[in-house]
Amino acid sequence: MSEASEIPAIYAQGVNKIFNPKQENEVVALQNINFEAQQGEFISLIGPSGCGKSTLLRLIANLIDPTSGILQINGKVPEQARLDRDYGIVFQAATLYEWRTVSKNVQLPLEVMGYSKQKRQRRAQEMLEMVELGQFGNHYPWQLSGGMQQRVSIARALAFEPKLLLMDEPFGALDEFTRERMNMELLRIWETTHVTVVFVTHSISEAVFMSNRIVVMSPRPGRITEIIENDIPYPRNNDTRESPEFFQKVTEVRELLRDAHEV
Amino acid sequence: MATANQQEETFSKRSIDAMRYYFPTIMVAISVLLLWEFLVVIFDIQQFLLPKPSVILGKFMEEVDLFLDPDSSSLLFNATRATFYEALGGFIIGCGSGILLALITARWTVLTEAMMPFAIAANSVPIIAFAPIMNNWFGITNPFSKMAIVAIIVFFPTMINTVRGLTLVDERQLELMHSYAATPFKILFSLRIPNALPYIFSALRVASPLSLIGAVVAEFFGGPRATLGVFITQEASAFDFARAWTAILMASLIGISFYIVVLIAERLAMPWYHEQQNL
Repeated sequence: MSEASEIPAIYAQGVNKIFNPKQENEVVALQNINFEAQQGEFISLIGPSGCGKSTLLRLIANLIDPTSGILQINGKVPEQARLDRDYGIVFQAATLYEWRTVSKNVQLPLEVMGYSKQKRQRRAQEMLEMVELGQFGNHYPWQLSGGMQQRVSIARALAFEPKLLLMDEPFGALDEFTRERMNMELLRIWETTHVTVVFVTHSISEAVFMSNRIVVMSPRPGRITEIIENDIPYPRNNDTRESPEFFQKVTEVRELLRDAHEV
Repeated sequence: MATANQQEETFSKRSIDAMRYYFPTIMVAISVLLLWEFLVVIFDIQQFLLPKPSVILGKFMEEVDLFLDPDSSSLLFNATRATFYEALGGFIIGCGSGILLALITARWTVLTEAMMPFAIAANSVPIIAFAPIMNNWFGITNPFSKMAIVAIIVFFPTMINTVRGLTLVDERQLELMHSYAATPFKILFSLRIPNALPYIFSALRVASPLSLIGAVVAEFFGGPRATLGVFITQEASAFDFARAWTAILMASLIGISFYIVVLIAERLAMPWYHEQQNL
């Protein structure tokens, strides 16, 4: 998938994050995080709540700063990567601007980045067609279902062709059926755009279905317990979910999570 | 042809819907007026306590005739015009400066936080008590003495609400802007201001009747003869209560039209908001 000579999409060495350091309510959110994501990988961060998976994502996004350690995004410090618009982000809530139409929401990052109006509109339409919402450009967000809103949010995150897509439990609020459909759709997008994805989830089957590597985390303090290679071949589809390898991987991850919890 | 017919159909359907919607309201209004009329007759209520609506309407029509006659002028309509300008001027100055100051200070969170307790305290002061002082400052017949009172009354709720709207921004929506490395200027115009619009308009809705109350009550403390507040006090002391009531009617009409203009502006400024509300 990627060449050895390429700069890793994410490089973390000995990263620590402590909230309220040296105070009574000190929380070690992340302890000694070491991992690397190559360009074009689909990596899931999985673990129970409090394991720091969202915190790790927010460190990568430079929405918060690490307390210590080395963190590099495409070979740059996270702040530079953010200023260079190296990543698009998708939150658990679609976080659309309710005063903007769907198309205008997708255009928002392009507006910030100074694209011409014509280019913005064309790009927004392309992206909406990619998430199969080409007909909904002039709708307001409230007129769309939760799954459709989240698709708009993915279109928005990818509108400016970032190399990295950060997703914080993007389908956590959706029902099982919609979630599985969205999983398929996201895999299709990933395969066509070659974007690197870091995907935070607490669903084992989702992590196994989507990613080529799974970072298993555990809480108090938040740390990485294991990084699992997932070599189930792509393209994955509904048959994948029913295959023995899939069940085997799900079991493997589940046992790791349970062990981590009992320690 | 077919589409034209369809349009006509939807148009007539719409007007029937509108009639269905407003019919109960109109019936209530008519019933209240009729009840008022009959109660005054049945209990033989003296006109200085409560004149009949029909008498008020008669007095009002006299003024309308005077207004329409090019050779004469109507004191009531002149008073209405004067009070309307005072209220409108005060509304624009007060709300405008409230929004402007909020926009300027929202940039510096510390300044806003330091100012808010004072703004909230000032908002609970009965500003109208300053009316005699404003008469002293600007001159009793100068419309600006009334405008100043109106402006101060509407300033604080507008500023407080605008600051709230600019600062109570969804954390994720803000992080999204940071992820794009957006400038503070872009964040202000594309996030904070649209986010503040519902807050600003709810302030303006409160401010629109307040501006009229402020103007009329300030006029009670003295002003030119041709203002609604002075008109009401003069006619009441002359025992012509029906005429005093015509001024109250006029004040209500201005108040309602202010409110309607704010509502229309709100719909134009926030098309997404009302569609959502009407769902």
